[in-house]
Parts: sequence; C-alpha cells; structure tokens
Amino acid sequence: MDGAHRPGRFATVSAWTVAIYLVLPITIILPVSMTDQRFLSLPKEALSLRHYATVLGSAEWLGSIVQSFWIALASTLLAVVAGTLCAIGCWRISRRSTDLIRGLMLLPIIIPSIVYAVGLYRYFARLGLLDSFLGVVIAHGVTGIPYVVITVATALAAFDPRLEQAARGMGASLGQTLRWVILPRIAPGIASGAIFAFIHSWDELVIVLFIASRDVFTLPRRIWDGINENLDPAMAAVAVLLVVFTVLLLLLDMALRRRRDAA
Amino acid sequence: MAMAAQRQGGWWLLILPAFLLMTAFYVTPILQVLAISFTEPQPGLQNYERLFTSESVQRVIVTTLRICTITTVLALLLGYVLSYKIALADERARRWWILAVLVPLWISVLVRAFAWVTLLRRQGLVNETLMGAGLIQEPLALVWNEFGIIVGMVHYMVPYAVLPMLASMREIDPRLLAAARGLGAPRGTVFFRVFLPLSLPGLIAAGVLVFIFSLGFYITPAILGGGKTLMVAEWIGLQILDLIRWGLGTMMATMLVVTILVTLAIFSRVVNLRRVFGSGA
Repeated sequence: MDGAHRPGRFATVSAWTVAIYLVLPITIILPVSMTDQRFLSLPKEALSLRHYATVLGSAEWLGSIVQSFWIALASTLLAVVAGTLCAIGCWRISRRSTDLIRGLMLLPIIIPSIVYAVGLYRYFARLGLLDSFLGVVIAHGVTGIPYVVITVATALAAFDPRLEQAARGMGASLGQTLRWVILPRIAPGIASGAIFAFIHSWDELVIVLFIASRDVFTLPRRIWDGINENLDPAMAAVAVLLVVFTVLLLLLDMALRRRRDAA
Repeated sequence: MAMAAQRQGGWWLLILPAFLLMTAFYVTPILQVLAISFTEPQPGLQNYERLFTSESVQRVIVTTLRICTITTVLALLLGYVLSYKIALADERARRWWILAVLVPLWISVLVRAFAWVTLLRRQGLVNETLMGAGLIQEPLALVWNEFGIIVGMVHYMVPYAVLPMLASMREIDPRLLAAARGLGAPRGTVFFRVFLPLSLPGLIAAGVLVFIFSLGFYITPAILGGGKTLMVAEWIGLQILDLIRWGLGTMMATMLVVTILVTLAIFSRVVNLRRVFGSGA
C-alpha cells in the first residue's frame, strides 16, 4: 500500500454508473443506424448499411452537409482572427479595462442563444441579412470568439512576456513581433480554439432556426426537421456520421495538445 | 512617454476588430431585445405587468425554475461522484475518465436528444426491453414529458458540473487525505471532514454554472418535452415565431438575461468562467 487515498467501492461503482449513463445512450445510435428494418429499431436479422446509402445518396442531406461545412469554415476564420488578436492585445496591455473586454468576449457563452437569436432576427431583417450565408457566418463567427479567446489566453499565460519585450527592444515592429515571436509560440492554442469554434458553428441550431429559412439550411436544421417530422433510421445514420466527425476533431485536438506538452 | 503611448496604441488596435464585431453584431442585437420589451406594443411597463397578472407567464417561470433546480441537484450529485473518482485516479486512468466526460460534452446536443428519443419513446428500446422481459405490461411514458426533459438535461449538464468540481478537487493536497487515513480516520470520515469541505468551492461554482446554463436551454426541452412542457426558452421562441408577440417574448428574454447576470454577479467570487473552460477545453 502506497498510503495514497483511493475511492472506496461505493464511489467506484457510482462513478462507473454515471460514466455509463453519459456514454451509453450516445453509442446506441450506432446499432440503430445499421438496422435492417424500415423504422427506428435495433437490427433484427442482419446489419445493413442502406440507411447510410440513403443519406449519402440524398442531394438534400449532402447539400446541407456541404453548406454547414463552408459556414463553419468561414465563421471559424472570422472567430480565430478576431479572437486571437484580441486575446494577445488584452494579454499585453493587461489592465482593468482589458479585463472588462475579456468579460465582454465571454458573453456569448453566458447569455442563452435564444435571446441572441431573437435579437438577431430583428436586427438582420433591417440589414437584409436574413437567410443569407454571410448573416449566418457573422452570427456563428461572433459567438465563436469566446472559445478562441479562452484557449489563446490559456496559451499566452504560459508565454514569457520578456521574449516579446526583447524582440521589441531589438527593434522588431509590432507586426514582426507578432509574426515571428508570439504567434509561433501560441499556435497550438490557436489551433484548439479553431477546432472548438468550428464544432460550435457545425452544431449550432438555435440561431439558425431564427435567421435562416430556405436558402441556408444547415445540417443541424435538417436533423431538427427530421426529428420533429419523421423519426427514421436515416436520422441515426446522420447522427453517427456527426459523432464520428466530432470525435475525429477532438482526437486531433488531443494530438496537438500532446505535441505542445512534449515541446 | 509619447513613444510608450504609441506602443500601447498598437496593442489596442489588435483588440479593435473583435471589439467592433462584438459591439455591432452581438451587443447591439441584445440591447435591442431589452429595448423592445419596453416599447412594444406600446411604450411602458405593461409587458412586465404580465409577470404578476398572467397565469401562463407564471406557469412557465415556475416550470422552468422547478426543472432547472432538479436538473442542477442531479447533475451535481452525479458529477461529484465522477469528479471524485477522476481526481483520485492515477494519471493513465484519469485520461480515460476525462475523455468519457469530454466526448459527450462536445457531441451535438441534437444527436444526444435524438439518442434519448430512440431509447425512451413508447416503442423505444427501454420500453421494448422491459416489456420483453415481462416487467411491465404497458409502455411507460418516459419522454415528451418532464421526466424526459430532466433525463436529457442532466445528461447534458453532468460534464459542465464535472469541469469546475474536478479543477477544485485537483487542488486538494492528496497528502492531507493520506495523513487523515494514517491518523486512523475511517474512509467516511476522511471524505466528510476533509475532502468534502475542501471541494465546496468547486461544488458551488458547478451549481451556479449548471443552473444558469439550464435556465436558457432550448433544444433538449423542445425535443424531449414534445411541446407539452414549456420552458422559458421554448416559450420565448413560440411568442416570437408563432404568435408574433414581440413585447412579451422580449420581456421574458430580458428577465432571463437579468436573472443569469445577477446570479453570476452574486457568485462571481467563486465562479471563474475562464478557468472552468480553460481546464476542460
């Protein structure tokens, strides 16, 4: 015995139960998506991939997937540029006023999206941005900024400010300092932020429900309609594809983190 | 001096794009929501009067507060057990446990609600299994009611409860626990007299976080409630999109924001949002 305090049997069993509650319901969609039946159920006689074929052969589903992808990419770019620069500025100036600005940047996480969606519905109507690619990119980009600010601020906390001072002291301009000293050091933090901003946009539904209707019909929007109208196994197939995609992005993030920690 | 000010100016410029974007496309639309609640249909406080006179408004608020309280208590309980196990696990095991928390956190809320519908509906897997085993004769009403909402919301909130609790538990010096054991305290005493008090700040932070996140929840209650049990967010959506009652909808939205900000302000000492997300993200 090493003397360390370990959880007792009761705590261990409870923790396993909670973990199963968290993970198992999500895994259930895998067998359901491979059912040989025409309705939502477990496979009866054989595994079948026909529901995947339905989804991947449908112009509507593919159209939504492609559209969601471009929106997520564009809004991630917006969030990463604005969020990274802001985090660096706040970190370098570091006064009470910048604390306030950082607080402001966190608002989209704190204020429920329903409130923002309602406000945006009115606001975009006047600007003519309803149901437009640009409108959704702006909305997702702005609400993605907090994820970038948080991860970049975390990366900067581990960065020695004297490096920056040394660079400036030797005559580097602000742009050069950014490009050659600061950005390379915090690149993993920026990458994490980008991944989370991407997932945020890719999954976002509430705002889209209000500001988009026909021309912009993202993947979450199509899933939402599917759940409300017809629960068929094709939905499970889409859900599985979505989960696989998210897990791949998270694994990418973990790999980046490991590289950063090793460096 | 001038030089120093100029240098600072450069850094301020970096903040500018995010600040402008945020002001023009986030803060302004939100402020507009607050403004509409006082101006439509006529200027005045009549929308807020409804808080005291309208039974349907009061019913929505009571339902929301009830569901959020139950959700918070359950999420804290389940999250605490999980964090306790993770905090005391060794390095390798800890990584897997954390993955079990983070993966659900990042999986689409729609996918999770869909999975619960698949499991809980009348012809769902839970009912079929129970009937197949002969345990029940009639399918149980597990979804499209308050029960379904709570199951789905707790599932969503447990990871958010774990992150702040885990952060605070990992700051507890394990030698304190070993010392208490070494001095002869039974396991239960070590937990209740040493571990629990030290983990209290994290517990409170998690409670605040889960509660304010639950208040404005839209998708999970909308799908698992089946339109019968209305929570505030879905009710606001209904007022705006279906009934075109902007005044009433924005009044409730304002109340929602005010409640959340006031709660955060009260607990701002114990809840450090940046740390909460920094640790998990």
